[in-house]
Amino acid sequence: MIDDMRNLSDIDVGEKAKIKQLNTNNSIKRRLLDIGLVEDTEVECIGRSPLGDPSAFLIRGAVIAIRSEDSRKILIHPKKQAFTKIGEI
Amino acid sequence: MGLTKNSVGLNAVDSKLNIKKLSESDKVIAVAGNPNVGKSTLFNNLTGMNQHTGNWPGKTVTNAQGYCKSKKNSYVLVDIPGTYSLMAHSAEEEIARNFICFGNPDAVVVVCDATCLERNLNLVLQTTEMYQNVIVCVNLLDEAKRRNIKIDLKKLSERLGVRVIGTVARRKKSLDLLLDAIDHACENEHNQPLRIKYIKPIEDAISIIEPCVKDICKNLSPRWIALRLLEPDSSLINELNSYLGFNILENDKVCSALETARLHLESLGITTENLQSKIVSCIVLTAEDIALDTVKYEKNIYSDSDRRIDRILTSTITGFPIMLLMLGFIFWLTIVGANYPSKLLSDGLFYIQDRLTDLFYYFNAPEWLHGAVVLGIYRVVAWIVSVMLPPMAIFFPLFTLLEDSGYLPRIAYNLDKPFKKCSACGKQALTMAMGFGCNSAGIVGCRIIDSPRERLIAMITNSFVPCNGRYPALIALLSMFFVGTAGGFLSSVYSALLLVAIILIGIFMTFFTSFLLSKTILKGVPSSFTLELPPYRKPQFLKVILHSIFDRTLFVLARAVIVAIPSGLVIWLSANIYIGNSSVLNICADFLDPFAEFFGLDGVILIAFILGMPANEIVIPIMIMAYMSKGSLIELNNDALYTLFVNNGWTRITAVNVMLFSLMHWPCSTTLLTIKKESGSIKWTLLSLIIPTIIGLSICFIFTSVTRLFI
Repeated sequence: MIDDMRNLSDIDVGEKAKIKQLNTNNSIKRRLLDIGLVEDTEVECIGRSPLGDPSAFLIRGAVIAIRSEDSRKILIHPKKQAFTKIGEI
Repeated sequence: MGLTKNSVGLNAVDSKLNIKKLSESDKVIAVAGNPNVGKSTLFNNLTGMNQHTGNWPGKTVTNAQGYCKSKKNSYVLVDIPGTYSLMAHSAEEEIARNFICFGNPDAVVVVCDATCLERNLNLVLQTTEMYQNVIVCVNLLDEAKRRNIKIDLKKLSERLGVRVIGTVARRKKSLDLLLDAIDHACENEHNQPLRIKYIKPIEDAISIIEPCVKDICKNLSPRWIALRLLEPDSSLINELNSYLGFNILENDKVCSALETARLHLESLGITTENLQSKIVSCIVLTAEDIALDTVKYEKNIYSDSDRRIDRILTSTITGFPIMLLMLGFIFWLTIVGANYPSKLLSDGLFYIQDRLTDLFYYFNAPEWLHGAVVLGIYRVVAWIVSVMLPPMAIFFPLFTLLEDSGYLPRIAYNLDKPFKKCSACGKQALTMAMGFGCNSAGIVGCRIIDSPRERLIAMITNSFVPCNGRYPALIALLSMFFVGTAGGFLSSVYSALLLVAIILIGIFMTFFTSFLLSKTILKGVPSSFTLELPPYRKPQFLKVILHSIFDRTLFVLARAVIVAIPSGLVIWLSANIYIGNSSVLNICADFLDPFAEFFGLDGVILIAFILGMPANEIVIPIMIMAYMSKGSLIELNNDALYTLFVNNGWTRITAVNVMLFSLMHWPCSTTLLTIKKESGSIKWTLLSLIIPTIIGLSICFIFTSVTRLFI
């Protein structure tokens, strides 16, 4: 996977990420902006629903559940320290 | 969540706010805030009104008004639905925005959650941008203290340029300061709220438009109007035009300024599409900046204990079993706990009936009068009270405790995926849960669903979960035909399990019907879904019990009694007016018999469901009355009832059909009226009546045909 295209649905439970861009349509974009998902906001994935979707994210102090099809459209910054395991090279 | 006077009542479903002042000098205060910030508690404690507070977002689905007095003034407080923003993408946000903007309130109180101040400031900033006379109330300070969050209220007030009051809404005393602040605000205090600084291109655009709207925008903020004109938000502009009394977009000066401003923005790469997110970004960043300056955290906000609880309640392995256990446990407690008080109540009420009869005889009242009033109306009312009150008095507090703790949104979170598969919204799980208490309340609760399509699906399918009025009958049938009437702990557990099974059928049908609807008449893809999972709160036990008994239970009961009075009379008349040798009731039953036979029911059952439309509680009593050809509802214990049913040709299959039909038939009359008000359409009301009926009849038909093949 290209790191540039990483989105919020890619991060694991317990992982943190910074928002880069919202690629969503207008109505959901509004909703996401209202809960504080603007550029450079730090988000932590804190769990998944029993059936795997939606996932819960800690956003500016509140826990918000977002479906994967929406979180897929939320692009995040690539990880700072690129951890390349030997096997992946 | 509202099984309150306001949400169960029919007067609660208006979408516009009509302010009722007690006297001319009353001042109007709007109470706004994000969902789930303790706004309703604050409101209750200020006004003494019992608006129930739940720990889940979107609870105030209706607009409550209350009155309170301070040292100086008397106020009408208007509880505005909880919203994250005033940019209006849902019905609630539109109501909130329109009221603050155009409703001429004397002051607006924005309630914030101290544990999550930064995000709440978003709404504060949007409010102060359009309206000056704002008081910020930082609520849940106790909760913040527990989480080691410190807020510098003085500095916050300096930064925002408005009064800031810290409160613990659960404690009435802490509200005195707030009242003082409201007094001040109403005495022509002029705030200088912080002006949000936008990025340069937007500021340029504002300064092009602002001078042109300044003179025509009455008391609205020209800066705010300039921004809204740039965005174009058609619903707001319509409201604005009707407020101003002319079409602002027909003003030449405004139009040309708007044109210039747009061209300027576009030359800098800002289109109408990305303008909104730039504006919101500036607001959010301002909020972030203020929060950094005024809030000190010592620990993570989403606490470790919340994390641990969530890991158990929403895990793949334990999430669903716990949900089912919880449901089962609540029903078990309700069944077990309701038996004895029910008996006691009915003994008491029927004792009173006998005394009433004595009274009528004493005055030599005519037989028909005694029949209509005592055997007709009183008996039906007494019946409903004794059957309905005890389970409700147990169920509502239990349910309210769940609601208070913050568990309900987790149910929506757990169940979102299956709902999405049916192209519906996970929040439907919440409205479904409300339906267990009262379907009509569930319908009103559907307002939390943003997409109109998904909201209609939730409304039409709500009656598939059995409400309080239906499960006494379900339990009675279960114990008579499947558990045995011996009683004891094991059989009560068994009844609860079977009841859960029936409810699961209802839930399954909810999914199935939602799926069908979204593939046929309500075609569409699932819309987006964001759901806040609030921190767990320790429920306020005593308060919950008092509230749910006095507010919900007695209210729902009173409503049932009101509909029971006329239907008691109708039932009595139908059983006592004879044509030839049989009563109208039995003639109707005979007439319906061949049709009902088809579905494994009989005419009496069908007529009982029809006459029971105002209140499902009286379905079984009507059956008894018709079978025994008596003139009034008859009290029978379960054994006698069982014998009566069996003597009238009931088998286990009939019992199953009756339960299925009770689960899936037309909603009660109150629910239908609520659907009519909520959807504003007769078409959808009729469909909500027809769809469950057709499904119920089809399932009874299939079940009967299949079993007839084998037996």
